[in-house]
Amino acid sequence: MAARTRYAPDRGLTARMTATMFLLGLVFVAFIAAIIGIGAATHGSDAVIVFFAVVLGGGMAIGSLFYSDKIALRTAGAREVTPQEAPELHGIVDRLCALADMPKPRVAIANSDMPNAFATGRSADKAVLCVTTGLLRRLNPDELEGVISHEMSHVAHKDVQVMTIASFLAIIAALLIRISFYGEIFGGGRGRGNQNAAVIMLALMAVSIVVYTVSFLLIRMLSRYRELAADRSGALLTGQPSALKSALVKVSGDIARIPTKDLRTAEPLNAFFFAPAMGLSAGPSLSKIFSTHPSLERRLAELDKVQRQLSGQGK
Amino acid sequence: MGFLDSLLGRTKPVQPKLDDLFALPSAAITLEAGAGFKPTGSGSVCFRPVEGRSFADVQKDVTELLDVSSGNEGGLPVEVSKDSYGFTWIVSSRMSDDLEALVTDLHAVNSALVDNGFGPQLLCTLVAFRDDEERSLALVYLFKRGTFYPFAPTTNEHRDNALELQVKGVIGDDLKFEPDLGRWFPVWGAPGL
Repeated sequence: MAARTRYAPDRGLTARMTATMFLLGLVFVAFIAAIIGIGAATHGSDAVIVFFAVVLGGGMAIGSLFYSDKIALRTAGAREVTPQEAPELHGIVDRLCALADMPKPRVAIANSDMPNAFATGRSADKAVLCVTTGLLRRLNPDELEGVISHEMSHVAHKDVQVMTIASFLAIIAALLIRISFYGEIFGGGRGRGNQNAAVIMLALMAVSIVVYTVSFLLIRMLSRYRELAADRSGALLTGQPSALKSALVKVSGDIARIPTKDLRTAEPLNAFFFAPAMGLSAGPSLSKIFSTHPSLERRLAELDKVQRQLSGQGK
Repeated sequence: MGFLDSLLGRTKPVQPKLDDLFALPSAAITLEAGAGFKPTGSGSVCFRPVEGRSFADVQKDVTELLDVSSGNEGGLPVEVSKDSYGFTWIVSSRMSDDLEALVTDLHAVNSALVDNGFGPQLLCTLVAFRDDEERSLALVYLFKRGTFYPFAPTTNEHRDNALELQVKGVIGDDLKFEPDLGRWFPVWGAPGL
């Protein structure tokens, strides 16, 4: 079938993403095993701490998932707009939703000169799509449509849920590091067997630090793959990979010139942004591992593949 | 989309459903009897063009094919236009009493795109109606859902919701109507309307 070859999934990307998720799962299983191991060795005296961290971490993860739309909109200073207020933007979203057979997300505009866009919300029905005035001003309608289809792919791929779940145990590991650190400082000198308690705390801290570091890097890697997947799906949806490419070039070029003061206020939202707002000044290899988004060159190269796939006389 | 597809971030483009389009001619008779709207004879197919030679070739073939078939029957040549959202509309105009020929034309465009692997690019098909008071109405067919909905534009990008709901009441049983009112999205300034 012609249809199958033209819209074939990118096997390499799928395989890399599966491998990353598998490794992430492996780290978490090892983490749980280590905690149980420590617990067994100490007859469960650290159970309270772990329980506390799981409840707190779980609460944070669920809270951020449920209020992701409100938090993101508040942080970005965005406001929801009606079709009357922004007819063109709504028109683009309407058509893309009809093309992709998706429920229509709410549409918001953030009053910021930084050209960017994000989509968030815990499910497709609750999704909200936000663009900045800077983006609207800089991009032509075709490029804007490319960016919006990228964001709608994030919604279709349930990226907010996936990333929240992926971050869940990393949050717990981070909490355990902190709790055991304070336990180490303030917990000493009380009762018998505090020598033993100090050792447990140290072990817990060491395990948590390793888990946190490894999962942090894996989560960043997963985030980069999901960006590539969203680029790809977005370009396949509109049929115009070059419009998305030119939007990427425009947006990335502008971001390097934005003053640092604005950047700092935008930092917490970076994971959801279309292109991260921080200029990557660190060495290329290091910034690559820590970055939530793939490099511009990488994204353009992947979109070239989509372009070849679409224009091929595929039979 | 399946759980695994969203987990792996590989959206499958949605393939269009074409079959329900042929229910239009009989629904048009009910519409005329129940609400006084007659087909104007023009209809259009809206799709998102794909960049590159391959798609351009398909589009050219389709318009040539339709020109030949409508020329044989004394109709007007098809018009191709691009709207401000970057979507392409192919407008076919037939005699107002020959809705079946129009639907066949529209179906030819759709199946040509599908056969060449561009099915996911199809957005909607629109058939225009008008009543004695010159109010215009379109029945829009959403390819991805295989459903119809009415669209009655008035002036200044406003739509006559009362009329649209009335039309749904009249022919709701003849056609598969879109149950989710949130998906009755407007197509302002659609050619052929």
